[in-house]
Amino acid sequence: MNQMQRILSARRLSHSIIPQSCFLHRRWFATSETDASSPPLSSAHQKIQTLEDKASNKSRSTALTTSSLNEQELAKFSAIADTWWHSEGPFKPLHLMNPTRLAFIRSTLCRHFSKDPSSARPFEGLRLIDVGCGGGLLSEPLARLGATVTGIDAVDKNVKIARLHADMDPMTSKIEYQCTTAEKLVDEGRTFDAVLALEVIEHVANPAEFCNSLSALTIPNGATILSTINRSMRAYASAIVAAEYILQWLPKGTHEWSSFLTPEELTMILQRASIDVKEMAGFVYNPITGRWLLSDDISVNFIAYGTKK
Amino acid sequence: MSDVIVLWDRVLARQLRTNVCGSKHIFQRACSTHVTRKVSSTAGSNESNANSTGDSPQHDIAIVGGGMVGIALAASLASKPLTKHLNVAIIDNNPLLGRKNIIEKGHLPDPRVSTVTPATISFLKDIGAWKYIEEQRHAYFDKMQVWDYTGLGYTRYNAKDVDQDILGCVVENKVLQSSQLSCVQESDLQKTIYPARLNSMDMLPSSSLTGLGEVPSTADLFMRGRLAKLELSDGNNVYAKLVVGADGSKSRVRELAGIKTTGWNYSQNAIICTVEHTVENFTAWQRFLPNGPIALLPVGDKFSNIVWTMDPTEASDRRSMSEDDFIKAVNDALDYGYGPHPETTSSGGSSLSWLTGDVNISAKERFETPPKVVKLSSERMMFPLSLRHAKDYVSNRVALVGDSAHTVHPLAGQGVNLGFADASALSRAIAEGIALGTDIGEANLLKRYEAERKPANIAMMAVLDGIQKMYAVNFGPLNAFRAAAFHGAHYISPLKKRIISYASGEQSLPLFS
Repeated sequence: MNQMQRILSARRLSHSIIPQSCFLHRRWFATSETDASSPPLSSAHQKIQTLEDKASNKSRSTALTTSSLNEQELAKFSAIADTWWHSEGPFKPLHLMNPTRLAFIRSTLCRHFSKDPSSARPFEGLRLIDVGCGGGLLSEPLARLGATVTGIDAVDKNVKIARLHADMDPMTSKIEYQCTTAEKLVDEGRTFDAVLALEVIEHVANPAEFCNSLSALTIPNGATILSTINRSMRAYASAIVAAEYILQWLPKGTHEWSSFLTPEELTMILQRASIDVKEMAGFVYNPITGRWLLSDDISVNFIAYGTKK
Repeated sequence: MSDVIVLWDRVLARQLRTNVCGSKHIFQRACSTHVTRKVSSTAGSNESNANSTGDSPQHDIAIVGGGMVGIALAASLASKPLTKHLNVAIIDNNPLLGRKNIIEKGHLPDPRVSTVTPATISFLKDIGAWKYIEEQRHAYFDKMQVWDYTGLGYTRYNAKDVDQDILGCVVENKVLQSSQLSCVQESDLQKTIYPARLNSMDMLPSSSLTGLGEVPSTADLFMRGRLAKLELSDGNNVYAKLVVGADGSKSRVRELAGIKTTGWNYSQNAIICTVEHTVENFTAWQRFLPNGPIALLPVGDKFSNIVWTMDPTEASDRRSMSEDDFIKAVNDALDYGYGPHPETTSSGGSSLSWLTGDVNISAKERFETPPKVVKLSSERMMFPLSLRHAKDYVSNRVALVGDSAHTVHPLAGQGVNLGFADASALSRAIAEGIALGTDIGEANLLKRYEAERKPANIAMMAVLDGIQKMYAVNFGPLNAFRAAAFHGAHYISPLKKRIISYASGEQSLPLFS
C-alpha cells in the first residue's frame, strides 16, 4: 500500500497545465476500498500466474504467431465500428472521458520529456503510438498537440474509420494508421518515445505478453501509459451493471469482470516488463455535471504512467 | 519539494522559450499552405489575398463585431500562451477600426460611457489593457447613493464596507475599445481586420473527405463541414473554424445561425449626455423616479454622465427642449422634484443591532444631495431599452458573446460587464480545448462556455428585471416595501456586503455562491 500511496501522491505534487475543471481534489483516499476489493499481494501474484498459464495454454494450441488478442473481443468492436465518432452513440462514455484522459497524459508526458506545459504544441518532435486506437479518439488530439502519432488497431474497420476522420483536418492527416498488433510491430523492430494503450488491456487474452510487447516498443527511458478498469466490487456495480445494463451506455458484454486487472496486478505485470509505474490516477464520473474528473479514487477506472528502465 | 519543482519549471521555461518559438514555425510550415501565407503579417495589416493557388483566407476564429466585447475576446486570446498563436479575423463595418486614432487629452467626454466593475478591471489588467486606460480619462468612484422619489428611504454604499478601495470605474466606451485594440496590435496574435459587413454565413454538417488530394483546399474543407464560410459585403469570403458573434443586440450572426431569442421591450427610452459641475464628483448617484431612474456617474475632471430612463414621449420632449430647460429638469429630478428627500435616521435603531451585525461605515453616512449640474457638455442621445436573451449561446461552429447573447436594462451598469465576463469565459474554454487537442469549433467545447455563462447571465437579468418592475409601480404598500428594502440594504451589513460583492462581479450568482 505504501507503494500505491507514493504513486498516487506523485500526481498531486506535480505542476501541470491540467484545467481545473478536470480535477476532483480528495484530501485522503480510501485505502479500505482498494483493500477490500483487491486480493493481497501474494494472491495477486497467484492470479498473474494463473492468467499466464491460461494464456500460454491458449497460445500453445494456436502455436503460430504469439498474440495477446482475443478473437471474441475483436468481433465485439467490429460490430459497432461505424459509430466511433458519434458523440451520442455507443462510444459516448469514451468521448466524455477523453478530455480527462488527455489532461493526465499531457501533464505526465510534459513532465517526463521536460516540455513546456504552457505551449500549444508540447509534443512536437515526440513519436507516440496509440495501441488499440479504435476510431482515433485519442490519436487525433495527440496529433494536434504536435506529436508524430502512429495508431494501430487489430480491427480493420476501426482503422479505416480512423483514417477517414483524420483526413478531415490538415492537423491530423499526418497520423499513420495501421491494422496490426503490438507484437508484429515489435518484430519489425519499431520503437517510440511514448506508448499509450488506453482501455485495451481488459480486452486482451494475455495481459503479461501484451505488456511485454508494449515495453519492447518503448525506447529506454521512454514513457508508457495504460488505462483500464479495476477488478473491484464497485467496478462491477458501475462499469458492468450500471453502464451496460441500467444506463445502457455500452453494449452488453463489452467488458468481462474477470479480465479486469487491479492496480497492484498491473503494476507487477509492468514491473516484470521493465516498466516502473510512477503515477496513477482515477476517473470519477459526476452524474450532475455529466463530466469525468481526475481523482485519487482508483476503484473503478484508473490510468497508470510508467517509465521504461 | 514543490518549490524545487517550481524552480525547475522556471529554469526550463526560460530554456524552452526559444524552443517554443522555433516550434511555432515548424507548426506553421506543417500546416496547409493558406495558414503559412498569413504568418508574415504580425502588424495586423490587411494582407492581400493574392496567393499562388488563389485560395480564400482561412482563419481559426472569426470575430464578427469589433466593439468592446469582440476586441476583448481577441485581446484575451492574445494574452494567453496557449492561444496567442491563433489566426483571428475581425469583421467590422467601421472603417476606422484598427487605425491609430489618438484621442486628444483635452476633449469633452463622450456620452457613451460604461461603468466597469472591479471584476472587469482585473480582467482588463490581466490582458494588459488597463495601463492604456489609465493614460486616458477615467473616474474611479468609491461611494454610491440610491434613493427614490417617495423619500421613504435611501441606501449608501461605500467601498470600505467590503474592504475595497473602489466600487467601480467609469470609462468612455471608445477608450475601452482602443486600449484593448492596442493590446491586440502589439501582441503576436495573427489578426486580419476586414472592414465590411457580414452578409451571410454557412456551415455544413461533418462528412468524410474521401477522394480528395493530399492537402485539401479551403473550399473542400468547407464542403466537408470542417470550416464555416462567411460572405462579406465587399465580396470577400472568409473561412474559419469558429465564428464568434460579438455584434450587439441586433446580432446578424445570431440571426444567421437561427438562434431564437426571448425578451420584451421596456416601454422606456434612455437619454444619455455629459454634464459639468463646479466641483468634482466622486459618488455614483441613482434616484428612482415614477417613470424610471436617473443616474449621475462621475467621468472625471468635474464632468459627469447622465443616464435618464423615462417614457418615450417624455424622452423626445426632454431631448428637444432647450439646454437650460434640460439642466433645470435634471437638477430638479436629482433634488426635490417628484418628492421629498429621505431623512437621515441616526444610528439606525439600536434595537435592531442584533440583526444589523457589525455596523458598516456607510450606514453612518448622512443622506447627501448630488452636486448641481451647471452645463450640458454634449448632445443628448436617446436609446430604446429592452430585455433580450438568446435561447442558446452556441450552435454549430458559432458562439455568441456580449449583447448579442443578452441585453439588459442599464439601471445597474452591468451590461458590458457581463459581456467582458463572456469574453473571458470563452477564451478560457478555447484555451482548455487547445490544451487538450480539441478542434476549436467542436460542440462540447462551446457547450462548456455556455454552461458557465448562461446561469450567471440569466440570474443577473432576472435581478435587474425584478428591480425595474419593482420601481415601475407607484402603489402604497409597494412603496413601503421598497422603503423597507432601502433600509435593509443600508443597515444590514451582511446583506449590503453581498449586494456590493454581486454588483462588483466578484460573485457570478446572487445566491449560493
